[in-house]
Amino acid sequence: MKFRKSLLGAAIAGTLASSSMAGEVEVLHWWTSGGEAAAIAVLRDMVEDEGHTWTDFSVAGGAGENAMTVLRARAVSGNPPASAQIKGLEIQEWGDLGFLASLDSVAAADGWDDFLPEEVASVMKYDGQYVAVPVNVHRVNWMWANPEVLESAGVSAPTTLDELWEVADQLQAAGYTPIAHGGQAWQDATTFENFVLATGGPELFSRAFVDHDEDALTSDAMKEAFTHLRRITDYIDEGAPGRDWDQATAMVIRGEAGIQFMGDWAKGEFTAAGLTAGEDYLCVAFPGTDGMFTHNVDSLAMFTQRDSANQEAQATMASLVLSTEFQETFNQNKGSIPVRLDHDMSTFDECAQASMDTFVATSQAGEGLVPSMAHGMSTTSSVQGAIYDVVTAFFNSTSMTEDQAVSRLASAVRAAQ
Amino acid sequence: MTQSVSTPEPVRTVRKVRKPSLGDRLAEQIPRLVVSPTLLIAVVFIYGFMLWTLVLSFSNSRILPSYGFIGLQNYERLFGNERWTVAITNLAIYGVLFVVICLAIGLLLAILLDQKIRAEGFLRTVYLYPMALSFIVTGTVWKWLLNPTVGIQRFVRELGFEDFRFDWLVNSDMSIYTIVIAAVWQSSGFVMALFLAGLRGVDDSIIKAAQIDGASRITIYTRIIIPSLRPVFFSAIIMLSHIAIKSFDLALALTGGGPGFSSDLPAIFMYQFSFTRGQMGVGAASAIIMLMGVMAILIPYLYSELRVKKDDR
Amino acid sequence: MTVKHSERRYSEVTGRAVLYAILIIVAIYYLIPLAIMISTSFRDMNDIRFGHLIDLPSSLSLEAWRMAWSEVQIGARRQLGLRPYFINSLLITIPAVTISVIVGALNGYVLSFWRFKGSNIFFALLLFGCFLPFQAILLPQATVLGKIGLSGTIPGLILTHVVYGVAFTTLFYRNYYVSLPGELVKAAQLDGAGFWRIFWRIILPLSTPITVVAVIWQFTQIWNDFLFGVAFSSPRSQPVTVGLNNMVNSSTGEVRYNVDMAGAIIAALPTLAVYIIAGKYFVRGLTAGSVKG
Repeated sequence: MKFRKSLLGAAIAGTLASSSMAGEVEVLHWWTSGGEAAAIAVLRDMVEDEGHTWTDFSVAGGAGENAMTVLRARAVSGNPPASAQIKGLEIQEWGDLGFLASLDSVAAADGWDDFLPEEVASVMKYDGQYVAVPVNVHRVNWMWANPEVLESAGVSAPTTLDELWEVADQLQAAGYTPIAHGGQAWQDATTFENFVLATGGPELFSRAFVDHDEDALTSDAMKEAFTHLRRITDYIDEGAPGRDWDQATAMVIRGEAGIQFMGDWAKGEFTAAGLTAGEDYLCVAFPGTDGMFTHNVDSLAMFTQRDSANQEAQATMASLVLSTEFQETFNQNKGSIPVRLDHDMSTFDECAQASMDTFVATSQAGEGLVPSMAHGMSTTSSVQGAIYDVVTAFFNSTSMTEDQAVSRLASAVRAAQ
Repeated sequence: MTQSVSTPEPVRTVRKVRKPSLGDRLAEQIPRLVVSPTLLIAVVFIYGFMLWTLVLSFSNSRILPSYGFIGLQNYERLFGNERWTVAITNLAIYGVLFVVICLAIGLLLAILLDQKIRAEGFLRTVYLYPMALSFIVTGTVWKWLLNPTVGIQRFVRELGFEDFRFDWLVNSDMSIYTIVIAAVWQSSGFVMALFLAGLRGVDDSIIKAAQIDGASRITIYTRIIIPSLRPVFFSAIIMLSHIAIKSFDLALALTGGGPGFSSDLPAIFMYQFSFTRGQMGVGAASAIIMLMGVMAILIPYLYSELRVKKDDR
Repeated sequence: MTVKHSERRYSEVTGRAVLYAILIIVAIYYLIPLAIMISTSFRDMNDIRFGHLIDLPSSLSLEAWRMAWSEVQIGARRQLGLRPYFINSLLITIPAVTISVIVGALNGYVLSFWRFKGSNIFFALLLFGCFLPFQAILLPQATVLGKIGLSGTIPGLILTHVVYGVAFTTLFYRNYYVSLPGELVKAAQLDGAGFWRIFWRIILPLSTPITVVAVIWQFTQIWNDFLFGVAFSSPRSQPVTVGLNNMVNSSTGEVRYNVDMAGAIIAALPTLAVYIIAGKYFVRGLTAGSVKG
């Protein structure tokens, strides 16, 4: 079966372009289970249909923590994979080390600049050249709610921070756990950055988390965000610390909790439970961040290949990643939205459509689209880690004041740069 | 010497006056030859790599090794980081408790199992099996058990004890002890096996002699058997300290180092700084400090253990 | 006389009862997590999502076990389930355990009966190898494996496991052999037996209990190793722990605890088999008897 398929693929590829050779593309990624595994398997099929071989190098754990360890081991042993799932500023770090290959010829031929938002394209370029291809866009600043719980407490989904605390009080009075939270460093940081976006707006968010501007990091809006973050602890249950995000989602699904703050991958859990967006569960922008978009873009960076057949396989894969067909199926499976601004969203669910509307609007307006700090889009991994430490320490401490938090934040960011 | 069994007497006397033959000298060297591959391994893979790590700890390495000398900056950063202090304090608490409790439980179970117990094979496997399970998943189960809203606390409360509290997992001051609980569960069975093998090697005749002298069972154990297990204690302590120092997936799966970073351990710190936080120099510095700590404890212990053995002989 | 006798028997019976009670209570404590895993593996995912995390299965479904073994999509691999990883693990573990145990036994034999100048120092230096944080040696080891052309291969992983296992096996054997009477070897030497003959004829037959311990330890360490397995493997040589980790640790995918639990138990079966088989050799008197003879 497999043999026949690859033979067929080779025959097709041979007729398409005479110069085309069957190469191998080894892809290191951490889309290993559930919907995301099914999603990446689509790319494998498409690459193999072009006659190339896909060698699947999947390594899960953390947000790619183990995969990054493996990538380093492979790099020092002298044979990095053809392609690796690398995000945000880390692409620049690998570029600095001279490992990455240019994709400019593919990008020019397919017209990437025409349909990729500027904000995303700049992350994919090193030294002005495309070295990575974006796969999807996750929106981080979402809030998920159980409509039955909201209704029985007599409230509707909050849209501002003031409303959030009113709703939380009502939910508590009605006997629910108002907010489903998982007390892990990355979840604390995700919630925190949402508050920063709400209290300081996109401009302060970028100054603090992209430019690491000291005034921004110690600003009043930042202190206010910390105040809100601490207030969360009054509305979560005692089992929250260490809880995985899917368990927090399950609390909303079961109707034990009213709302959860989480990126759009939470949809996967709702879908797996057989629930429909807009009816059985609600997706609303994080209070106070309506019309803003915190993005978390997954991307595949390309490593320099010696073998020309493998270079071709690599280029073919890069082109396929941005094809409409792949963008459609991958993002349907994964809960994210396509990275192409021109994508037709008619087959997507309500939440994805809303997400896309905001994505297009913010990228065209040139404001409101910010890179997620908590998901490694805005800072190097060392600065991100330093921020995590301060945020989670503050969240789990009863004695640290907001003033102390911002000054520790500023000094930790400085030390990690 | 090897051939002398089959060779006739005269040859042996001749050899006494002759210089040792090549074969003899080779035979004398056999012990050294046998351990030489291991020596090579130790030089390259243990000491070579230690040296390399030491070099990195003075370098400006970030996401990959590089060799720009920056003096003690990595060490300054390391000790300026609150997380590191928490991590080494935790290792001290966790390491001591883990080793002591595992030794106690392991020895106790081994002695109890050694009383001609029925179904010994079954019980032994039950005590040993936790080590067979990968902690990637058992960590999840322990997390459920220890979580107050899911596990033991919920269960006991549902039995009617409404005031029962067991919330160590979510309590910053107590979270490190939950790692001890799960780690003891995982490793004490192996210590039991180690002691059981040792008990089975104890010479029966000594015990019988003591019984004839009228010594009680407890005396026989405390005075004769347990002291004779000294080399087993040595193996067990080395092995347990190894596990304690390297505890990584256990802590990561159970608490993730949390709440906050209250249950962080040096191995997690080192891994994160070296590989996911792009501060390889700081990671290397933490490895060196850990090694120095280990040596400070281990050298005196090894010295006393190995010297005692020499005297025995 | 008779009264005293029965009193003694009475206290002995209660003693045995207490003994069994302790052993069984401890066994239950050890078994609780396994019971939860087994129970979860039989449950339906919606049962878990809508009900309690820890609960008895409402129906017995083997679906999760089948999924974990051969049906679940891990990454974008063509071969589904844990099965392909399993074979790699066997290919890595069996040679690595065999080699490291043999080398350890020989080292222990030399360090106990054929001491040379500096043999204690050699032993002590080797023991530090037990404390090297493995996280710190990943990159130099990757470099070495790349230089000798074993990067990402099964032989490369075997080499790595042997290198870092020998310190332990040596420790086990050496500490076991030093407690054997030295006269054994001296007598054999007087009889004219050489290095290898003494090892084969006298020492090895006495080594069963410690070999059981060494095999259990090495098999467990290598089979359950994740760090080396993930860092030094390629897609074709990834061991079962990496497969399991990939199946369980999803960053943004939905979670299937029933499949996770079944997978974890499947992955542990070879190690459990080793425990059960090796356990048969925990027999009293093996050493004591032979020492006398």
